[in-house]
Amino acid sequence: MSNTNENNLVKSLGVPTGLMLSFIGLVILILSWVGVSLSPIFMWICLGSLLTGMMVFGISTYAGESEGIKNNGIWTNTLTNRGLLAWVSGVVITGFYVELYWFPEMLGLSAEGTNTGLIAFFDPLSYALKGAPASQWFVYGTIYTICIVGLGVKFIFKYRHSRYQMWRTISVMAAQLFLAYFIPEILEGMNQDQPYFVKDLKHFWPLNYYFFEDWHLNNMTDQASGSMGMFYMVWGILGFTVLTPIITYYVGKRWYCSWICGCGGLAETAGDPFRHLSDKSIKSWKLERWLIHGVLVYITVVTAVVLYAYFTNSSSFMGLDIYTYFRKPYAFLIGAAFSGIIGVGFYPLLGNRVWCRFGCPMAAYMGIVQRFKSRFRITTNGGQCISCGNCSTYCEQGIDVRAYAQKGQNIVRASCVGCGVCSAVCPRGVLKLENGPEENRVTDNPILIGHEKTELNKEII
Amino acid sequence: MERIVIIGNGISGITTARNVRKQNSQAQIIVISSETKYFFSRTALMYAYMGHMKKEHMKPYEDNFWAKNRIELCFAHVNTIDFNNQKLHFSNGKQSNYTKLVLALGSKPNKFGWLGQDLDGVQGLYSYNDLELMEENSKNLRKAVIVGGGLIGVEMAEMFRSRNIEVDFLVRENRFWGNVLPKEEGDLVHRHIGEHGVKLLLETNLLEILSDENGRVRAVKTDTHGEIECQFVGLTAGVSPNIQFLKEAELETDRGIVVNEFLETSQPNVYALGDCAQFKVAPKGRRNIEQVWYTGRMMGETLAKTLTGKKTEYKPGNWFNSAKFFDIEYQTYGVVSAQVEEENEQFYWEHTNGRLGVKFVFNKSSEQFVGINTFGIRMRHELFDKWLTQSKSIDFVMEHLEDVNFDPELYKQYGSEIVNAYNGHFGKNIQIKKKKWARIFS
Repeated sequence: MSNTNENNLVKSLGVPTGLMLSFIGLVILILSWVGVSLSPIFMWICLGSLLTGMMVFGISTYAGESEGIKNNGIWTNTLTNRGLLAWVSGVVITGFYVELYWFPEMLGLSAEGTNTGLIAFFDPLSYALKGAPASQWFVYGTIYTICIVGLGVKFIFKYRHSRYQMWRTISVMAAQLFLAYFIPEILEGMNQDQPYFVKDLKHFWPLNYYFFEDWHLNNMTDQASGSMGMFYMVWGILGFTVLTPIITYYVGKRWYCSWICGCGGLAETAGDPFRHLSDKSIKSWKLERWLIHGVLVYITVVTAVVLYAYFTNSSSFMGLDIYTYFRKPYAFLIGAAFSGIIGVGFYPLLGNRVWCRFGCPMAAYMGIVQRFKSRFRITTNGGQCISCGNCSTYCEQGIDVRAYAQKGQNIVRASCVGCGVCSAVCPRGVLKLENGPEENRVTDNPILIGHEKTELNKEII
Repeated sequence: MERIVIIGNGISGITTARNVRKQNSQAQIIVISSETKYFFSRTALMYAYMGHMKKEHMKPYEDNFWAKNRIELCFAHVNTIDFNNQKLHFSNGKQSNYTKLVLALGSKPNKFGWLGQDLDGVQGLYSYNDLELMEENSKNLRKAVIVGGGLIGVEMAEMFRSRNIEVDFLVRENRFWGNVLPKEEGDLVHRHIGEHGVKLLLETNLLEILSDENGRVRAVKTDTHGEIECQFVGLTAGVSPNIQFLKEAELETDRGIVVNEFLETSQPNVYALGDCAQFKVAPKGRRNIEQVWYTGRMMGETLAKTLTGKKTEYKPGNWFNSAKFFDIEYQTYGVVSAQVEEENEQFYWEHTNGRLGVKFVFNKSSEQFVGINTFGIRMRHELFDKWLTQSKSIDFVMEHLEDVNFDPELYKQYGSEIVNAYNGHFGKNIQIKKKKWARIFS
């Protein structure tokens, strides 16, 4: 019992300390948001205490406890059961996104002259990294990265019995920190004479929907961009035409969605406490298939049109202005409203993977590969399923995993991002993510092992 | 028209209904329950209590599934059965007839006639009502005493510990789950539940449950630890068939409803299965009452065939089971007895962290593999099932430990460590083979 007491001490000191530090960081952030002018030192205090606060909270919450599944009280906590706290945080995050996308001047962006407010508050860091003032995207990227890293540490301690979960999380943290944040920002600072193009190596089309827009192609091929621009263009094209289908064939779309993607990274770390909120009904599965493939078709059409514009040097297509009728609506509806506002703002209400499940065209593309030509599956372990439903409850993609497992059927679904949590929460060791031979991967007519049976009807209800 | 009425909507009854529908699109299928209208997974009760799930998540099928498959659900209680006229009498005065009747009545927690066993705050954990009662009884609960060291007991302990309620666990045997687990495994679980703050009192018997002035439990009296103050007593010393309303009926019963190998009872057109069925002659190598999720499901699949015109004998294959003790998963394939049989030899490996352990049992003379208990390491059911059926040797099993491992990717593999220990112990020189898909999915 002494063991337990020490653990309680770690928890009882660490949790409030972590919360307090995060709270201090948050208060400073809000002060600068509402326009209070703070000296540069406060930025470092703010970001430092946010990051360490999250880590201290995460570590002390779980470090003292026996390794295992930590879902006690998930459905009774007001933050994680769509209670009051969930609504409050949903509104705050959504508000932030609305300002970020549509009213950046409310964050302090100034069209002429110097920025103020929240954006100016981040100048010290921006100057340190790239020698230029902060933009709203720099602010967003920084907060985003802090959340992934800080809450990634929490996730690692929560799932420290699972090496799959630990490595996967280290991978999304590193991908965000270096590929999406430090490297692009530093490259940006080193090449200030270059026109802007995306420098995140993993941000492939169609997730990066403006890759083929004429301005972006022009910027990459601009003389000032030199060989670096060419490299990013060739890489970006090879990325989605060659790299993505090949890796997805071998390991499933998880290599992207839950190992390196930024959206996935935030969903798996900051969004982890909300994964159980995804809708599991057949109805939502139907909606999902229409929506996500609809977005994929949408971006394909838009891209075809912008490529037409690029090669023909025209600004309209069949009499329609390309910016007004193609680029802008996609950026507004999908790029901002869907992926940002609904995708992240509604984490506490709809779950952490709404964008990845219903909207992301990259996920849709890889999903088609995963469903029809891949070695990846979730294997069901013979007849061991007890239909308890932990797997379905904690599937962030809303897959009714149990419906397959209780029939002894492998799970081969386009939407599975391979987070591995179904396998982790299964109390009977029934589920295993693995890359095996394609033959017999889809078990339409499984036999539940355990007794001698002669035959089985094809129709499975 | 065929009218198949199933009493009981647990895994046995529901599997029967679903599989009858798969093979016969005509028959009327009616499932009666007075527990819940919709099928839910009993195994999930603990997760609802601990806040891992909401109660609605316990339902494996959406509510519209039943109408879609024309399985009629009837929330009612059957009082008596008139076997001669093939009629059911409900508690609300209504009646219903059947052409075939399936009794899937389940179990109820054992009560061994302890003084005070019916006091407020004393209960078992089996049904949906038990869960709600437990929720009610948990208000202001500081300390619970659980009686009976088996699977439901340890689940109950985990439930209470999730709310920081103190738990004393009374176990009659000299180790946890002593009639099933060998000593090493029992010790492993014992240590682990101790780490979770559960006090396991071994070789301790409950003498009496003591009442306060309101008819509520205030303490228990034990033979080794005197009086233990508590506000809750969990009775988890096994379950027995839930058949008391049939005791007067013209139906052969013993501890359970007596059935033959086709799950037929002594009455024509009446069948019984699952927890409540007792085999006249136990299937080979099995007990005559098996109250396990998996056997209920397998009996349901079998009975559905008989009900749809293809008379089929219940033939369970190789034994398997699973459980979870707080954070440690347990799987078993084949036969591992609490006390190793005379003709068998055993080999046990345990990790130094004390949370992973594997027990192998094999025949002394033929070295044929007999069974395995595995703690904290997942193994493939399909492969073990095949190996048992093919009477593979223990050396073969050792060679293929990497094939059979079912732990998530990137987990540390202990195959070589286990094989080295095995080699050292028996003076052998088995080389473990690298995992090969062709052998796993053949």
